[in-house]
Amino acid sequence: MILKPRLEDLKIIGFYLGKIIIGLALTMVIPILIALCFGEINPALDFFISIEISALFGLLLVKICQTDKDLNWMQGMIVVSLSWVVAMILGAIPLYLSGHWKSFLDACFDAMSGFATTGLTLVGNLDHLSYTHNLWRHLIMFLGGQGIVVIALSFFVRGFSGAFKMYVGEARDEKIMPNVINTSRFIWMVSIVYLILGTLALGITGMFMGMQPVNAFFHGACVFMAAFDTGGFSPQSQNMLYYHSFAYEVITVILMVLGALNFKLHYHLWMGNRKELIKNIETRTLFVTIIATFSIVAVGLAQTGIYPAATILFRKGFYQLISGHTGTGFQTIYAGQFGTEWNQLALVGVILAMGLGGAVCSTTGAIKMLRIGIIFKAFKEDLKRIIMPEGAIVIEKFHHIREVFLEDKLVRSALIITLAYIILYGLGALVGMFYGYSFVGALFESTSAAANVGLSCGITNIAMPAALKVTYILQMWAGRLEFMSVFTILGFLFASLKGK
Amino acid sequence: MKKDFKLILIILFLIFSSQRFAFSQSLNSDELIKNAKEYDGKLITYSGEAIGDLMLRGEFAWVNINDGQNALGIWISSALAKEIKFMGNYKFRGDSLEVIGIFHRACLEHGGDLDIHAQSLRKTGSGRIVKEKLNFDKVNLSFILLGALFFIWILTLFKHK
Repeated sequence: MILKPRLEDLKIIGFYLGKIIIGLALTMVIPILIALCFGEINPALDFFISIEISALFGLLLVKICQTDKDLNWMQGMIVVSLSWVVAMILGAIPLYLSGHWKSFLDACFDAMSGFATTGLTLVGNLDHLSYTHNLWRHLIMFLGGQGIVVIALSFFVRGFSGAFKMYVGEARDEKIMPNVINTSRFIWMVSIVYLILGTLALGITGMFMGMQPVNAFFHGACVFMAAFDTGGFSPQSQNMLYYHSFAYEVITVILMVLGALNFKLHYHLWMGNRKELIKNIETRTLFVTIIATFSIVAVGLAQTGIYPAATILFRKGFYQLISGHTGTGFQTIYAGQFGTEWNQLALVGVILAMGLGGAVCSTTGAIKMLRIGIIFKAFKEDLKRIIMPEGAIVIEKFHHIREVFLEDKLVRSALIITLAYIILYGLGALVGMFYGYSFVGALFESTSAAANVGLSCGITNIAMPAALKVTYILQMWAGRLEFMSVFTILGFLFASLKGK
Repeated sequence: MKKDFKLILIILFLIFSSQRFAFSQSLNSDELIKNAKEYDGKLITYSGEAIGDLMLRGEFAWVNINDGQNALGIWISSALAKEIKFMGNYKFRGDSLEVIGIFHRACLEHGGDLDIHAQSLRKTGSGRIVKEKLNFDKVNLSFILLGALFFIWILTLFKHK
């Protein structure tokens, strides 16, 4: 028998959701400070209005649903999935008020794309967007990359046992420190240290490239946030092509790879355990899949003959591939060139890379390396069972921070999530094909949205059908949360309608 | 003799002017990106607004020109780039420029970028400062919302008591 949710369930969900919204409202103070620095009056007003609306909404929820009860698993999952939807709507308000987005749906698309660290965009006239709004576009990637709930856990929540339920709901199930609040704080510490170093590196490079110092460091901070959080937004409409710089490309590749690594691995590297980088199943799998997918891309590009030298083929092919594999979405070619210049083999190489993704407990989306590694190990174990004598005991192990025995439940869990992602990629491609796009093009864009990548072959634009925009928003949301919280909210809605 | 000299001058003028204009087809960024193979290595004319930063690199510079659809990178000599005074961003409307140059689908010199190597540059319109006018609708809305926020806060205080 399915039980109808009680009023108490709604109150607990509303209370914690309200707290997260108030936290989100506070983050909007940062763009206001930038607006004051650059003397941008109307953008400051946009954020002032957005803070007021968010604070009103958050305060009302907290007061109406006042409770001192803790979250259970179902409530925790629902708080997380609703937080991302509410964050999208509230985060879209300042974008829409700027007048650079044609409709509120377009602004919501970019807000979800930002929070989910995707990078697909529907902004109009980006080259004339204010510093304030541009910073917000990148800041939401930084916030979303660490996790909206992680922000609340780090700064606005003073310890409650339901924290772990929300933390898991946000597709992070690894505790780096003894508890999730300390883990969240560690994730922020790592990110802020890299933010300072990355901004300095990109800012100084920008100045050598001939950019004005203020612009160089502003772009440096924005590009860092988009690269490390594997987001893919850029302050200018040309994305990485704007900079015309090899040094910038090299730095962003390093940042993208750092962003695609597990935060737990970062912790071990910081503690001086460098061997973990070589032994870890995720980094090994990442290395193998990069070589495999790049080989496909390279053969495809060589067939087209578009790039006049091998070094250029490597530079263009490898950059788009790493950008896709790490789930970033930076491009050094125009979106239209994917469709007109690259052949289908090269595109399939990039689609595979996008679909695989980076490490678990990182800022990337997609299936992720740990699951691919586990599936490969399970395949290897089954092969051994066939080859070896019947009586032989076959045990498979893998190294992920510690030695782990390969158990059936691990393999099952990895396969279920992998299957869910493949279905999600396929469903988006079907919708794309319904609107008349080619199979490869539709699959490319769908995988990019669902795997939170942001590479585009040109389908994502202001004029695309509204239903396709909604499809990609749902894909970005489900892909970022890795399904469990999304399934829970669907179950909750079903129980509300059919439960007794 | 004088007539012949005039005729030669006219013919020479026609030859040179036709070389400059007949081969430099005026194209927008969408056409160039979609048909990159067709225009690769050809002399083209491209127009738009200079945006972002003017990035000086020794004797040359990068200028990004947006024609309303996309922005393309223009590799230009620093001497020509001196003509550019305004670069477009939130506070400025950039200079409107017309560039005649060689289009590259995947430039060998610049890591395979799609770009244009400018041979000449003409300013077709001067940029300007964009004055930001205070939006009073937004001011009013923010005051109304502030009042509502204050009201809710007062209500919650009463509820507590």
